Amino acid sequence: MALRSTDILTQTPQGLYCPLGDFHIDPVRPVKRALITHGHSDHARSGHSAVLATGETLRIMGVRYGEDFAGSSQEAPLGESMRLGDATVRFTPAGHVLGSAQIAIEAGGTRVVVSGDYKRAEDPTCLPYELVPCDVFITEATFGLPVFRHPDTRAEVRKLLDSVALFPERTHIVGAYALGKAQRVMALLREEGYDQPIHLHGAMERLTELYKSEGISLGETPKVVASERSKLAGAIVICPPSSIQDLWSRRFPDPVTCFASGWMRVRARARQKGVELPLVISDHADWDDLCRTIRETGAGEVWVTHGQEDALVHWCATHGIRARPLHMLGYGDEGEAEEAPRSGGEA
Amino acid sequence: MNRFAALLDRLAYEPRRNAKLRLIMDYFRHAPDPERGYALAAMTNALMFKEAKPGLIRGLVEERTDPELFRMSYHYVGDLAETVALIWPAPGHESVAPVASGIPAIGHNNPPPHVPSLTEVVETLATAGKSDLPAKVAGWLDALDETGRWALLKLITRELRVGVSARLAKTAVAQLGGIEPDEIELIWHGLEAPYESLFAWVEGRGPKPESGNPAPFRPPMLSHPLEEEDFEKLDAGDFLAEWKWDGIRLQAVSGHDSHGRPVRRIYSRTGEDVSRAFPDLLEALDFEGAIDGELLIVREGLVQSFNVLQQRLNRKAVTPRLVADFPVHLRVYDILTEGDEDLRDLPFTERRKRLEALVARIGDPRIELSPMVPFETWEDLAAARADPASVGAGPDADAIEGCMVKRANSPYLPGRPKGYWYKWKRDPYLVDAVMMYGQRGHGKRSSFYSDYTFGVWRDGPNGEELVPVGKAYHGFTDEELVRLDRYVRNHTVKRFGPVREVEYGKDRGLVLEVAFEGLQRSTRHKSGLAMRFPRISRIRWDKPAAEADRIETLEKILERGEREIHPLKEQET
Repeated sequence: MALRSTDILTQTPQGLYCPLGDFHIDPVRPVKRALITHGHSDHARSGHSAVLATGETLRIMGVRYGEDFAGSSQEAPLGESMRLGDATVRFTPAGHVLGSAQIAIEAGGTRVVVSGDYKRAEDPTCLPYELVPCDVFITEATFGLPVFRHPDTRAEVRKLLDSVALFPERTHIVGAYALGKAQRVMALLREEGYDQPIHLHGAMERLTELYKSEGISLGETPKVVASERSKLAGAIVICPPSSIQDLWSRRFPDPVTCFASGWMRVRARARQKGVELPLVISDHADWDDLCRTIRETGAGEVWVTHGQEDALVHWCATHGIRARPLHMLGYGDEGEAEEAPRSGGEA
Repeated sequence: MNRFAALLDRLAYEPRRNAKLRLIMDYFRHAPDPERGYALAAMTNALMFKEAKPGLIRGLVEERTDPELFRMSYHYVGDLAETVALIWPAPGHESVAPVASGIPAIGHNNPPPHVPSLTEVVETLATAGKSDLPAKVAGWLDALDETGRWALLKLITRELRVGVSARLAKTAVAQLGGIEPDEIELIWHGLEAPYESLFAWVEGRGPKPESGNPAPFRPPMLSHPLEEEDFEKLDAGDFLAEWKWDGIRLQAVSGHDSHGRPVRRIYSRTGEDVSRAFPDLLEALDFEGAIDGELLIVREGLVQSFNVLQQRLNRKAVTPRLVADFPVHLRVYDILTEGDEDLRDLPFTERRKRLEALVARIGDPRIELSPMVPFETWEDLAAARADPASVGAGPDADAIEGCMVKRANSPYLPGRPKGYWYKWKRDPYLVDAVMMYGQRGHGKRSSFYSDYTFGVWRDGPNGEELVPVGKAYHGFTDEELVRLDRYVRNHTVKRFGPVREVEYGKDRGLVLEVAFEGLQRSTRHKSGLAMRFPRISRIRWDKPAAEADRIETLEKILERGEREIHPLKEQET
């Protein structure tokens, strides 16, 4: 007889825990053995005794926390099954950011997939999402409302380039998360033929260098020199979202404030942040892709975590899929999830 | 439609006037006729669709979405049109549809959705009957993307709200051909969407369109504020003065169409046709020509305050009761044309004679002359301005907000030419208030806390407390803004999105001297008051918050409806 899903995976104060294999997934506090889905700081924290993750994720953690981020670390080859205690685990690309993976856990004939954060849309900076059929699917729900349908990223980037052409005397400052979004925006600009240097805020520099060393070409990306800001008329500058309206942005010539995020879909959100050119570019699955993915995994049971759980749980219920919200604390501190309201109800 | 939608989308986020202008011009340059003409009509609010109503949209979306998902989404987004634009289940997006109870269809063979042009949308909305509309609109919503749907819904609800005035849109057209926007105003009311002849003219491909309107709007002449240093340069003997009335500037025009029927129009300062709001005034326009004056409410010979005038302006339906309770008068001060004669090149003194004669001929109490204020020296005029009642303004003194000073030989020129007309306003009211919240500004000021909510003291359940009475975002210099911004950042106690609450209390807080033009009752504000044109006149870094004004100071201004409240400080700058 197949095991129950909760025998394979359960919720603990540290995060999701697999008792059969004695490991946690993306734990929020230091644990003995952690499996990490991707490098965003709310999923990948330092201080675990042992870490198992993709090579890219390990290198991202090394850049962010220093080489001693864990007692020991082991690379998980994509697509290969590994035995951990009484469970088998396998890492598969999630399409979220460089190195991001879903983790499938199998025991006693039942397969549980922890998706981590994922997207189905094309991204030149990471491997595409691969579908893993399963019995229990644990999905994110950052954009779990039907108002979120992400548009074609090329059109969004063209919007930026059109604006640069129309206002050549102004600097376009693009707020983007330092890991993943920033590099994806650079790669998309290159795909659209933009060959000028893309200027970076200092906080972007090391991760961008890492992406380049992983073989992703992003062209020339000089760091903004504070004293040279006034000379960057007509340039595109990428900085962390917190800097788009900070004192830092004042010295640029008449800046156009841009922000690349799935949240830019909602006008009130963009206006509240004082954004003048919202770019709807997201590293998360939108509503249609969340629903499609749940359906395609064939899972009979779905756990919904960080984000707008209620709408997705409702959708599952109306489509005959057992679903429950997993209210996990400690996620949503980096990347787009940062902007998510704290609970579904308050949104 | 997509191009127009992209323009509206950009305009909605762009706070700078010049950048808006460039975006609109860029659109006009690239969009073909008649698309751009309908876009111009939309931006100048010249479109009218009888059958397309917000209720139609609601009905359509309710049919196609799961009610629970729609409820959650609407709750999250907050705006109906935007929620519908985002959630609309276009073909291929079945994941929001209500769960069907019947047998699922095996695909369909409907024609593929076709993205409509703006022209098709406007022409269909204008002509389609009530029963055809839902299917038409649903088809467009299927074919458009999120931004396109949002723009379509804005068009249908006739609420673009992208921060573009009709004047700005016309200015963009004018700048395409390097002509003055006022030249467009002059022919505007004879034109109709899609304005092909207008675009042809500004692009040098056609003749200037004739103004087919026998009662056209002519851009008004505006004034500059009179500054302290001007008195030394200007000779009082070259000028004449009138009262500056606290009303609404209007242009009343009367003529005949080609069949000899009278055509009468009343225009706002910006050229908007407001005739419909003033049927009583229209009746009195028994002349041929164009006159310029101030709309006032006059009861039993007494000019009422601006607050009273607003009560008439804010009504949608003009009922006989409203007309009787709020009788409007036009207090005229200039004449632009009479019969076929354009008088605008005559000196002011000559026009004034023609105006006096015309008003006497009309002989209707609703059209009356604005009296001249006699003076010899600037000192005389200063005294008259300080106390209008003393030089014959009598009980109307309360409705006077200063003097207009006009060069005796000035022609009537459109726009705001230098050196002819000046306004010399009475001093504003001043109140010392305490800063309570700072909010991030827009555009160039988006990295600054530049909008300040301020309050005055009142008695609360736990002793004296501050109650917010207004918000101001100008009046200070760029250097002062830097200091105010730093103050907000360094004294923040709470954050609410773009707003920060600052420290305030009896022993802490920043006092702002706020200047404003008037007060009115308001149910929207906690204090029950709303200020007209509040601005920061001085920052009182020196003054303890406990010494700021109390609400009673404002209550008194409101009750007395008087000007001098608060011993007015001489302007120190």
